[in-house]
Amino acid sequence: MSMGDQLPAIIVLAPMFGAILVGLLGNRDHRICFPIVITSLLVSLCATIAAAQEVFTTGAIDYFVGGWEEPIGIGIHLRIDSLNALILVLISVVVVLVSFFSIRRAGDQHSEKTPQFYILYLLLCVGLLGISITGDAFNLFVLVEVSSLTSYGLVAMGSSKRGTHAALNYLLMGTVGASFYLLGVGYLYLTTGTLNMQDIHTILQTNETIRDSNAVIIAFLFILVGIWIKMAFFPLHGWLPNAYSYCPSTSACILAPLMTKVSVYVMIRVMIGVFGVEWVFVHFGWSHLVVWMAVIAILAGSMLALAQREIKKMLCYLIVAEVGYMVGGAWLSDPNHWGLTGALYHILADAMMTLCLFLAAGVFAKRLGAVEIKDLEGLFKKMPLTSVAFVIAALSMIGVPPTAGFFSKFYLIRGGIEGGHWEYVAALLISSLVNAVLFFRIFEIAFFGSKPAEGHGDHHEDVETPSPETPSPEIVPQEAPWSALFPLLASAAIIILLGLFSGPIAELIRESLETLPSIVVPQAD
Amino acid sequence: MAEFFQTTIHDYFNYWVYVILMMIGLWAVIAKNNLIKKLIGLSIFQTAIILFYVSIGVKDGASIPILHHHDPAAHAVSHEESHHKEGHKGDDSAAHKEPGDDKGDNAEAHAVNPDLIANPLPHVLMLTAIVVGVATLGVALALSQRIFKEFGTLEESELLEQLKGGNVDG
Amino acid sequence: MITKVLATFAVVITGALLLYGVSDFPAFGDPHSPANAGVEGGAPSISNYYITKSYEDTKVPNLVTSVLADYRGYDTMFETVVIFAAGMAIFAILRVFSDEDDIEPNETHSEGNTFTDGDHSRIIVGTTVRLVVPVIQLFALYVVAHGHHSPGGGFQGGVILGASFIIIALAMDLDAALARFSEKSYFRLASVGILIYAGFGVLCQVLGSDFLDYGILQKIFLTDGPEMARSHSMLGVEVGVAFTVTGIMFAIYANLSSRGTLKSAL
Repeated sequence: MSMGDQLPAIIVLAPMFGAILVGLLGNRDHRICFPIVITSLLVSLCATIAAAQEVFTTGAIDYFVGGWEEPIGIGIHLRIDSLNALILVLISVVVVLVSFFSIRRAGDQHSEKTPQFYILYLLLCVGLLGISITGDAFNLFVLVEVSSLTSYGLVAMGSSKRGTHAALNYLLMGTVGASFYLLGVGYLYLTTGTLNMQDIHTILQTNETIRDSNAVIIAFLFILVGIWIKMAFFPLHGWLPNAYSYCPSTSACILAPLMTKVSVYVMIRVMIGVFGVEWVFVHFGWSHLVVWMAVIAILAGSMLALAQREIKKMLCYLIVAEVGYMVGGAWLSDPNHWGLTGALYHILADAMMTLCLFLAAGVFAKRLGAVEIKDLEGLFKKMPLTSVAFVIAALSMIGVPPTAGFFSKFYLIRGGIEGGHWEYVAALLISSLVNAVLFFRIFEIAFFGSKPAEGHGDHHEDVETPSPETPSPEIVPQEAPWSALFPLLASAAIIILLGLFSGPIAELIRESLETLPSIVVPQAD
Repeated sequence: MAEFFQTTIHDYFNYWVYVILMMIGLWAVIAKNNLIKKLIGLSIFQTAIILFYVSIGVKDGASIPILHHHDPAAHAVSHEESHHKEGHKGDDSAAHKEPGDDKGDNAEAHAVNPDLIANPLPHVLMLTAIVVGVATLGVALALSQRIFKEFGTLEESELLEQLKGGNVDG
Repeated sequence: MITKVLATFAVVITGALLLYGVSDFPAFGDPHSPANAGVEGGAPSISNYYITKSYEDTKVPNLVTSVLADYRGYDTMFETVVIFAAGMAIFAILRVFSDEDDIEPNETHSEGNTFTDGDHSRIIVGTTVRLVVPVIQLFALYVVAHGHHSPGGGFQGGVILGASFIIIALAMDLDAALARFSEKSYFRLASVGILIYAGFGVLCQVLGSDFLDYGILQKIFLTDGPEMARSHSMLGVEVGVAFTVTGIMFAIYANLSSRGTLKSAL
C-alpha cells in the first residue's frame, strides 16, 4: 500500500476530517479550532504539491473511488492531470493563507460561532478541492452545492443587514445556476448514458448521431449558463458585488479569490474535457458571440469599478472584469491555444491578486475604519508594509512587469491577435488603462492625502494629514497584525514569483493543451 | 395528425410536463415580489428537474429496481414475456445467458432481465438532488427569517426601498 | 410590472430552448434509450451493469441502495456533508445567544410531562404523541436497517427519526424536545454520523485498498468473500447517514421555529 496512490483521496479528506474534529471538539474550547484547521489544510497542501509533482513527472493520476474501475462510469472517477494540478495547489495555498487571516476574527462579535465558522470554512475547502479533482459530471454538481451552501453561510454570518439580503439574493441566483448545470447534465445523460466525463468525451468524438443532436447543444448551453451564473459573468453577475462587499472580511477573503476562478476552471474543463474543443468551436460555433460578451463584460466591469466609491465594491467590479478576461481568453479559439493558456494562467494570477487586494481591504476596514476610498488618506505612512503588498497587487491588476498580471495579459493579447479578435485586445488594453486610473487615484489619496477640499492645494505632501474620522475611538491606525501581514506579504510575493517564473508555468499549463486540435474559427464576415 | 399527436405529445409528454413546471418555477423566482413565494418557485423549479431525471429511468412494463430474490416464479415468467417483446438488443441476450458465477447462491438472481427493472441510476442521483434541495431550502428559510427580523418586511420592493434609503447600516 | 414582462420573456425563451433540445430525445418509457441501455462508442451501459451484476458484487437486492452506498458512495458522503453544512449554516445565520447559559441544554420549566390545568387539548395530543413516538422511532430504525431489501436507507430513516423529535416539539414544547435531545447532542450526533461514513472509507485505505472500497473489510467482518463485507459496510454507512440527518433535521426545526433563540417556539 503506498500513500502516493491515495493522494487524490487525501487531498479532499484532510479538510473534511478537520471539519469533523472541529465539530466534535470545537465547542468545548474554541482555541483548539485553529490548530486543527491549519493542520488539516497543511496536510492537504502537501498532498496537492506531491500530486502536482507526480503529474508533471509521471503523468495523470486516475483514481476510482471504491475501486470500481471497469466498466468506466459505474464508480466515481477522480483525475489529477496537468489541467487541474496547479489549480489544486492554488486552492490549497489560498486557503492556508486566509486561515491565518482568520485568527483575529475571534475578537469580533459572534465569537461563540467560531467553531461553526471554521466548519463552514473547511467544508468550503473540501468543496473547492473536490470540484477541481472530480472526473464525474454529477459529482461536480454535488460538490458545487457543498461549496455554495457553505459560502451562503459564510456570507450571511456577519451582523450586517445588507449582508443577509445579499446572501439570499446570492442563494437564489446560485441555486438557479446549479440547477441549470444539473439540467444540462441530465440532457447529456439521456443522450449518452453515462456520467463519466472521459466517457462522454469519447462518445462525442466517435458517435456521429449523438454529436450532431440538438440535445447535446442544449445540454452545453445550459451547463454553460449555469457555470456563468456561478462565475458572475456579466450580465449574470448581479449577486457578486453585494455579496462580497457586505460579508465579513474573512469570508470575502476566502470567497472572492476562489469561487469565481474555480468556476472558470470548471468551464474550461467542460469545454476541453467533456465536449472537446472541436465540438465547441465547430459544432456549437458561437465563439464569436461569446468573445463579444466577454468584451462587454470587461468594459462594463471596469467602468462600473471606476464609478464606485467604496473600496470593496470597486474590487468586486474588478472581479467581474477579470472574469471577462478569462471567459474571453478561453473562447478565443486561436490556433496555438495562447488564449486558453492565458485564461488558465490568469486563474492563478487573478486568485493571488484578488486575495491580496481583499486582505488589504479587510485590514483597512478593521484598522482604519476605511470603507470608502477617500478614507485611505495617508495610508502609506500608517501601514507601510500593507501598502507595499497593496501596491504590488495593484500593479499586477494594471499589468506592470514583472508581476503576474503582465504575463497573463501578454498571453491573452497574443491569443487575441493570433485568433483575430481585435475587439478583445482593445478591451484588454482599455481595461488596463482604467485600472491604472483607478489605482493611481488611490495611490494619490493614500500618499498625498485627500483632494483639496480644505484648501491645501494640489499634490502637497502633507505629512501632518489629520487621521481620518474614525467611527469608533478604539481603532488605532498602525501596522496590521502579523496574522494579516503574513498572508498579505506572502500573496504579494507569490504574485511576483508567478510573474518571474511565468515561462516555466506556462509550459506546464500548455502540457494539458498539447493534445488539442488546432482550430481557427473563420471570421463571420 | 395522429402521427403528430403520437410523437410530439404522447411519446414526449413527460418532457412537456417538466418544462412547463420548470418554467412556472423560474417565473416565480424572477417575478414574484414576496420572498417566500420566490422560494416556493425555486422549490418547484428544482422539483421539475427531479421529475425529469426520474422520468428518464422509466421503462414500459418495468418494475421497481429491487430484485425479488425469493420469487423464482417471477423470473420464469419474465423470461417468457421478454421473448415476446420486440427489439432485443445485444446486452439483453447477454443478460439471459448470464452464467452462474455468483458463488452458487440464489439461482434466481442471475436470470435478471434489464428490460423489466427500472433504471436505478436516476433514482440514486435524485436522492442526492432532493437532499441538496432540502438543505438549500432550509438555509433560504433561515435567511428569510433573519431578513424579516432585521427589515420587518418580506416584500422585495420594500426591501429595496429600505436599502436604497440608506437608513440601513452596512 | 417590468419585472413580470422580463420574466415572461426569459421564461418563454428558456422553455423554447429546452423543448428544442427535447426533439432528439427517446420516447418516454423506452427501455432501449441510451440512458437505459448504453450507446455505441461508449463504455458498456452502466445501468445494465447495475441491474445485472450488482447483486453478485454486493449481495444487496435493493439496487438503488447498492448504487447509492457502494458504487456512488463518494457522492452520498458529500450529500451527507451538504446536510451537515446546511445545519451549520443555519446555526451560524440564525442562532442568537442570550446572556444566560447558552449551549447547555435548557433545564427550564417544562420537561414535557406536565400540562397546565384545564388544557385538555394538550393532554390529548400530548398523550397520543407520547404513545406514538416510540413506534415512529422503531419504524425509523426499521427503515434504516431494512434499506437493503425494501425502499429505505439512511436518509429516509434519519428524516423519520428527526421527525419523531419534531413531533414532540410540536405537540408539547420545544423545551420538552430539547430536554430529550439537546443542542450539544444533536450537533455531536451529526458530526459522529459523518465520522462514521468517512471512517469506513479511511479504514479501507488503512487496510490497503482504495477509499470506500469495502471489499477489503472482509478481514474485519470475517466474511468469506468481499460481497457480504460490502453489504455490512453499506449498512454501517447508512447508519452514519441516519445519524447526521436526524441531528440536522431537528437542528433546522429548532432554529427555525424559535428564530434562533431555542427558548420560545411555536
